[in-house]
Amino acid sequence: MTTAVTRQIIGAGELKRLSPRFWLARQTELAIFWGPVFIATLVIALVVHVSAAVLLPVVVALIAGVAWFVERGRYRAWGYAEREDDLIVTRGLLFRHVSVVPYGRMQFIDVTAGPIDRAFGLATVQLHTAAAATDARIPGLTRPEADALRDRLALVGEAKATGL
Amino acid sequence: MNVTPPPMPMAAALPLEVGETWRRLHPLSPIVRFGRVLIGVLGVAVASIAEQPGLRHDKGLPISLIVYVGLLVLGGIGGVISWLVTRWRIADGNLQIETGFIRRQSLRIPLARIQAVDVISPLLGRFLGLAEVRVVSAGRGAEHGRLAYLTAAQAPVVRARLLALAHGLEVGTPEPVALPLLHIQNGLLLPALLMRSHVLTPILIAIAAVAAIAAAPVIAPGVLGSVVTILVVSGLGVARAFNEDFDFAISEAGDGVRLDRGLLQRRHETIPYGRIQAVRVLEPLFWRAFGWARLEVDVARQSVSREADRDAQQVARTLIPVATRDQALWLLARVMPDAHPNPPPDAGPPARARLKAPLSFHFLAAWFGQRYVYARTGRVQVSTIIVPLVKVQSVRYKSGPLQRALHIATVDIDTAGRRWQGSARCRDEQEAIEMVHHISERARLSRRLPPPIPAGPAPLPAPAPG
Repeated sequence: MTTAVTRQIIGAGELKRLSPRFWLARQTELAIFWGPVFIATLVIALVVHVSAAVLLPVVVALIAGVAWFVERGRYRAWGYAEREDDLIVTRGLLFRHVSVVPYGRMQFIDVTAGPIDRAFGLATVQLHTAAAATDARIPGLTRPEADALRDRLALVGEAKATGL
Repeated sequence: MNVTPPPMPMAAALPLEVGETWRRLHPLSPIVRFGRVLIGVLGVAVASIAEQPGLRHDKGLPISLIVYVGLLVLGGIGGVISWLVTRWRIADGNLQIETGFIRRQSLRIPLARIQAVDVISPLLGRFLGLAEVRVVSAGRGAEHGRLAYLTAAQAPVVRARLLALAHGLEVGTPEPVALPLLHIQNGLLLPALLMRSHVLTPILIAIAAVAAIAAAPVIAPGVLGSVVTILVVSGLGVARAFNEDFDFAISEAGDGVRLDRGLLQRRHETIPYGRIQAVRVLEPLFWRAFGWARLEVDVARQSVSREADRDAQQVARTLIPVATRDQALWLLARVMPDAHPNPPPDAGPPARARLKAPLSFHFLAAWFGQRYVYARTGRVQVSTIIVPLVKVQSVRYKSGPLQRALHIATVDIDTAGRRWQGSARCRDEQEAIEMVHHISERARLSRRLPPPIPAGPAPLPAPAPG
């Protein structure tokens, strides 16, 4: 249903998905956070001789599982399409967002990468317009992909630039 | 019939050379600038000295007096230094301001990016014949240019020059003649302000409380204090709004709309054509019974962080504080030609949207024409936001879990304005998709067209009697 909406808005354009490495990076993040929590609760369950304590690691594992599913859904929801006159970015699992940003409105483009993203060779491209509410952010592009996208956007943005 | 008024012979009255000359602000500026602080310190000093009568008979001066005098002297020296190190000029298409003694600050405001120019005369400044020119510019990290203070005669000249340069005209272009459009009677303003629901509600609460006290005097001590507080707070709010919008006059010149207002502090604002990002028509609950409306405009600006800039933000860009709806619509047509904020019959959301927005459903509406997107919303107070398609920065389709279950979605229309965005809430899913298509397509086309804003004051149709 939701992808149908995105499809309809994009029309003929090609919807590009994020690099599978982005999903690996997110899973690494999940493991870094939930791994130690799970081990800690496991140790507590083994040390404390209360039968109810056994539930603790189980609950943690369940929450981590839900987080994994949510994260996967969000990874699959990300996408972008470069059309002739605008860039379309789609994101969000629960709250679905589809942003249409005309190239002529771009003011500047950011390419950023956090430590985990860097370890996986990923980067985030963010577009800024004069409107603060514009939220066109594309995470999880491979570094060459991100640089190429940035250059393409900068070029087409310059060609179509309009004032305020 | 298009009457172009003859240009005012002002060229002779431009005493400033524009060249590279650096100029200082008026020497009395520090007094006006720190006037409020000065009066505050004096007040505290007098009060605290009067409280300690014993000290006056001591040998030598009371320590507190020395401290206060010291503070004043230090403040005075600081003011004089800041005046000495501040200079400004208009050159290379920039308004340049240099200031700061220890940390030099050099401000360059590109005139092409000016969003509005205000002349502000605070009470103390009016006594001394001084006025401030304030430039609101767009762009991230840009700052407001404040020329505080110039003489009252200089300020309009500087404003004319800045606006002329902002519009790419010759340096010596005289200020175009302003044609008065509308003057708001103070006799209308005051009742209108009292009729805003956030003012009327406390008054009604107070009346109810008085009635309750009359019925059961036992509760008086507990209730009275809070009632008085509520009344004082809302009274201050009304007084402030009345002070700000007192004697409100709006006029139109070739380069934009002029607003003159204020009781103690007079403001003369100019909103250049083509810089308006959005207009909002506000119809508060009790105003609708009288057919009154309020118009506000949004111009591009950066987010406000500093205290001095927050004052600039207070320039709430009220286009009219109150007028009859007909007058408001007529004025709206002046700043946004062909804008019709009356929703067509099919502008409402589908009936199932009532589940998502039960309170605002009644007023929810969104539609668009060749030039504008309209979005109406409101529970108690009806607010219609009109965004020119030329100003659309990006379009966003949004739907949350409840909206998806109901097959409805919200379309946000972002502009460079900082206060509101157009938001078509709870539209049918298919319709929302089409809105995204159409709005972004029309916005793209309208960006290529020449601006639709009229190039000069047109003859006045008589506004409906108010």
